[in-house]
Amino acid sequence: MSELTLTIIRLGFLAVLWLFVLTAVSVMRSDLFGRRVAPRPTKGRSVTPPPKPAKQPRPAKPAKGKRGAPSVLVVTQGALSGTSVRLGEAPVTLGRAQDSTIVLDDDYVSSRHARVFPSDGQWLVEDMGSTNGTYLDRTKVNGPTPVKIGVPIRVGKTVVELRK
Amino acid sequence: MSPRGHGRNPRNVELFLLVFSLGISMAAYASVGLVHDGVLPTGLAGYGGGLGLLFLVAHLALRRLAPDADPLLLPAVTLVNGLGLAMIHRLDLAYEDRAARAGTHAPTAAAPAQLTWTAVGVLLFVIVLVLVRDHRILQRFTYTAMVAGLGLLLLPLLPGIGGTINGARIWIRFAGFSFQPGELAKLMLLVFFAGYLVVKRDVLALASRRVLGVDLPRARDLGPIIVAWAASLAVLVFERDLGTSLLFFGVFVALLYVATERTSWLLIGVGLFATGSFLAWSVFAHVHQRVDIWLNAFAPRNVSGDSYQLVQGLFGMGTGGLLGKGLGQGRPDIVPFAQTDFIVAAIGEELGLAGIMALLLTYGIIVQRGLRTSIAVRDAFGKLLAAGLAFSVALQVFVVVGGVTRLIPLTGLTMPFLSYGGSSLVSNWALIALLLRISDAARRPAPPPAPVLDDATTQVVRL
Repeated sequence: MSELTLTIIRLGFLAVLWLFVLTAVSVMRSDLFGRRVAPRPTKGRSVTPPPKPAKQPRPAKPAKGKRGAPSVLVVTQGALSGTSVRLGEAPVTLGRAQDSTIVLDDDYVSSRHARVFPSDGQWLVEDMGSTNGTYLDRTKVNGPTPVKIGVPIRVGKTVVELRK
Repeated sequence: MSPRGHGRNPRNVELFLLVFSLGISMAAYASVGLVHDGVLPTGLAGYGGGLGLLFLVAHLALRRLAPDADPLLLPAVTLVNGLGLAMIHRLDLAYEDRAARAGTHAPTAAAPAQLTWTAVGVLLFVIVLVLVRDHRILQRFTYTAMVAGLGLLLLPLLPGIGGTINGARIWIRFAGFSFQPGELAKLMLLVFFAGYLVVKRDVLALASRRVLGVDLPRARDLGPIIVAWAASLAVLVFERDLGTSLLFFGVFVALLYVATERTSWLLIGVGLFATGSFLAWSVFAHVHQRVDIWLNAFAPRNVSGDSYQLVQGLFGMGTGGLLGKGLGQGRPDIVPFAQTDFIVAAIGEELGLAGIMALLLTYGIIVQRGLRTSIAVRDAFGKLLAAGLAFSVALQVFVVVGGVTRLIPLTGLTMPFLSYGGSSLVSNWALIALLLRISDAARRPAPPPAPVLDDATTQVVRL
């Protein structure tokens, strides 16, 4: 076998090996960035210099939220912080019961505590007879209440919110 | 299978990547034969067919049993497994040549055995997926897993079946087979750690005093970490197994940190680790010798004796350079135990730094997918278990590659899926099955609407 063939085999194999790794990484990339979670509108912790407050109209795209329907429900506080659930047709249930969508291991949460469900193109939150109640922002939820994007829903020690 | 609501079906992505990884495995096998004999190996079709069948079985099992599981884990694992097989086969050929030159009998070829063990591993993979339909049921077996794990760990110490191979008493023998129960014990203990910490983490996260900006845990909560530390030291003392000892303690400390989010546990863990290492170094001759080999690898008193293996591995990788000598063109057989502990050195010699980096990235993908699963899954037990499984793979790879490249002392663990060895291969297939099971739960788009809770039921329950 000639030296040239050997070199081609040697380098060709490495190239194919790296092609596999890069293909796998591109799949990971689409998993990480495919469904982009909008940055939280409330936090002003940006790198931009603090002065010039007048020249910052900043329409706060996520805050409006009229056009885009929410696509994920994100846990922002509590033990499961960082978890996100993609929203589809089905309601998202929160509670200690093992068949809840988001299983909360929290003494202040009832087995079936609350649910977030779609109705007529908007998402509603409903308390399911919990002991300690469900709060939308600061107000206690009595009966199905529409939820806007970015408004915190409190269930025990956990806070979730809808995002685009 | 019904079409999934969101985006691409992960199983189709997986199938594509599986075909890709099978192609690479066959190319490796073919190029080994091509370089060695000048013709394509006659067994290529049979080898490719067999391996392809195994991958297909694993893939179909996932389609049926875990349709939403991560698409990258299985292809990454099959790639490493296939590369390992090719490398082991390549070393078999080298040992045959050497025996032919010396006029002795060649040792039994290891590659067919490894292929058989791969088949057993895939079988166990399917069995785990069938038996564990929901990873949360494992939480019920928390303490059973502890007893089983410790039992398996201590099994080699029993006089009848335990055996010492190469200085470590980590083997059991029966019916002509030898097996390392520590590999299965790893899985059991991970289930135990996750189940235990999920219950106790609120207590373990309590802070007592704040010292230098770090919240220290209460003194009485130090019990579990001390027990884990003592158990790891016991493994080190009685079984002389540095690697397993390090792995268990490292995974426990990592999970403790993941469960409590307290940096102080990491600091305490590192402190205990340093104390334990120093004690072991000053008391036990075999640990002292390992450290000496590591620090003074090129000292004349070591280089042709104790550190021969390490130094030959380093020279092998040095010979490989950036792009390697090419499969079948190096001399990786010079390094003792090149098929097991030093397979990384063999890969470094023949595929070069480029090949090693691709390999490490593939492990990185496995670990990243595991940690991603841990973040995405919605129950705390699953989070801890997935993090533990992923971290154990990462730590094992770090310890082995670190040992071979002389970053840390040699410990004698196996590279997951790569090294020759049935126990390790089979247990790691089971590990990946668990990870995929959790990943399936994490990525399932939306569970079917919970059993309708009409008002009547709610009212009846409420008093």
